[in-house]
Amino acid sequence: MNNKVLQLLVDNNSGVLSRISGLFARRGYNIESISAGVTAIPKFTRITIVTTGDDEIIEQIKNQVAKLVDVRDIKVLEPHESVYRELVLVKVRVAPDQRQGVISIADVFRANIIDVGPESLTVELTGKQDKIEAFIALLDGYEILELARTGLTGLGRGISNVTYLD
Amino acid sequence: MLGCEAMVKSLEKEGVKYIFGYPGAVICPFFDSLLDSDIETVLVRTEQNAAHAASGYARISGGVGVCVATSGPGALNLLTGIATAFADSIPLVCITGQVESDQIGSDVFQEADVTGACESFVKYSYYVTSAKEIPRIMKEAFYIASSGRRGPVLIDIPVDVQNEEIGEFRYPDKAVLRTYKPTVSGHAVQIKKVAKALSRAKKPLIYAGGGVHLAGAVSNLRSLAENNGIPVVSTMMGISVMPTDSPLYFGMVGNNGAPWANKAVAEADLIMMIGARAADRAVSQPEIIADGKTLIHIDADTAEIGKNAMPDIPLVGDAKAILKQINAEEIKTPDTANWLRELTEYRESHGWKKKGRDGFVDPAGILELLTSSMKDDSVITVDVGQNQIWSCNHSVIKSGTRFITSGGMGTMGYSLPAAIGARKAARSKQIVSICGDGAFHMCMCELSTMMQTDAPVKIVVLNNSRLGMVREYQHYHYNDRLSAVELAGGPDLSILAGAYGIKYMKLENMDDAEETVKGFLSGKEPVILECMIDPEDLV
Repeated sequence: MNNKVLQLLVDNNSGVLSRISGLFARRGYNIESISAGVTAIPKFTRITIVTTGDDEIIEQIKNQVAKLVDVRDIKVLEPHESVYRELVLVKVRVAPDQRQGVISIADVFRANIIDVGPESLTVELTGKQDKIEAFIALLDGYEILELARTGLTGLGRGISNVTYLD
Repeated sequence: MLGCEAMVKSLEKEGVKYIFGYPGAVICPFFDSLLDSDIETVLVRTEQNAAHAASGYARISGGVGVCVATSGPGALNLLTGIATAFADSIPLVCITGQVESDQIGSDVFQEADVTGACESFVKYSYYVTSAKEIPRIMKEAFYIASSGRRGPVLIDIPVDVQNEEIGEFRYPDKAVLRTYKPTVSGHAVQIKKVAKALSRAKKPLIYAGGGVHLAGAVSNLRSLAENNGIPVVSTMMGISVMPTDSPLYFGMVGNNGAPWANKAVAEADLIMMIGARAADRAVSQPEIIADGKTLIHIDADTAEIGKNAMPDIPLVGDAKAILKQINAEEIKTPDTANWLRELTEYRESHGWKKKGRDGFVDPAGILELLTSSMKDDSVITVDVGQNQIWSCNHSVIKSGTRFITSGGMGTMGYSLPAAIGARKAARSKQIVSICGDGAFHMCMCELSTMMQTDAPVKIVVLNNSRLGMVREYQHYHYNDRLSAVELAGGPDLSILAGAYGIKYMKLENMDDAEETVKGFLSGKEPVILECMIDPEDLV
């Protein structure tokens, strides 16, 4: 079973996120990650959900989610027709003499150092999920104090698949 | 105008005549405003039955049922009734009072998160934060409940919002929902495909569910069947789409259904499933209805298409609109004489076998006698348990009979409150409620509602002093190790009936059945007819 990326456009009503996550829980669908935020028009929210399931399950998920009153649109973002990104923040414990090692890994990944403390560095990285995984793997020799990922977000390529808002 | 007055005014605008409910402090502004309205309040005895009564009302009136409760325990008691309506796609608007807005989340007296609690079994829910939104929300709620695949909509309103001034009352002409646009008409290309497939079929079968009733499409379905000689089977929710004396009707499908109905499903070369979902109790192996035959699935809900069985021709939309479209097509009527003969012969050579012992009332016999003695346009409300299966398989359904029961959720105690709701929707019809003793105990508090609100119902209690369906399950699956299924401890129903001023009749066996049934059905006054059933009888 492969990961599938679902993109939802929903009315920004109170409780909408709980309605959607509740539907996934109740019907036994899996959520690998979920991210949400308002669109250019504040009354709409775009939600990106990464889930797993065979074609039949994905079809059911699409139909059940589309049925929710708040949901304007749902589509699968296929890898070859879409761009995906995720953001991660990693706080690593570093003694002063270890700093340069982490910074050079960050440089290779074009990550940003966004906080420096006497004993820690916090790094921000945006990219596809495999890049993020590779980055975290390279930090193996360091103690990761905290790590926060936004979950995947994405958009379809070009304008052929745009849902226009009114 | 105050929010609570706007709530009542909105109900009036929607043509609501009855609300079924139970008051409490935080819904008092609304109940106070009701005093200035012609809307009649039916005060139930526990909130669950407010939802069931509203459901019975909705199903017989064809409109939306309205139930009302207070916050906390009142709202929570409603939940089972809301879930029951959701499972059977019954259009309800459920209104609950809520504690003061600024106390939300602080666990004050009678506070419960009701919108959260029923999230997964309402079609939609509203928590109202400003009284100005009441007219719009009410308009939307009625529209959502009664369109597309019907279902319950919850409106939770804090008491302070009910008391808020809204200025001038303006009710919207229509609900404008950016994200909710149910499909009504069927896709023209698909309709052509259906007509073509029907013309080619040798053993076509119509498989009708509750969606046919909900869409008000019974007459359209009968036209399709009768004009083309297509046999019909129904799900439990579909019962009464066809009269049982029709040579085209072959009963209820499913593990508790008629063998000839299941044979028809197994052997058909084309199945037209309308407003049904191939649920587990109706079709245990969905591949039976899909493999090696043409499956047409007509449903208001896209998500039901392919959920249990993958159709060759899916058709999303309103059953009535789609049946009208199909009936307008030119269909080369298939020659189904042999197919009908095959099914009829199978039914005649098999038939139902009596399972209970002599000396008791035979459930099949009494239900057949009772329902065949009823008037043509009557309503039968049926509970859950053995009584339900017996009623489904042995009721005589006349052309205008309406049969209602709790199918999807199987909620015991549905029949009496639903009958009270049905009575409000149909003042002059004969209404008979059929329940077992277990189900009767779950709803008998509503006898006083029936008496207080002038909603006379004829009540049949099939008494085997057992939870018969569970006993039967334990008989088959636990080798007769019977656990917690004996209902001893009374009450004596003759004394109980007397306590309410209700006429009581009793049948010990089938000897005087005909005369007793005649007496039971005559007149308008409520009667409890207790029928003594063999505790070891099976469905």
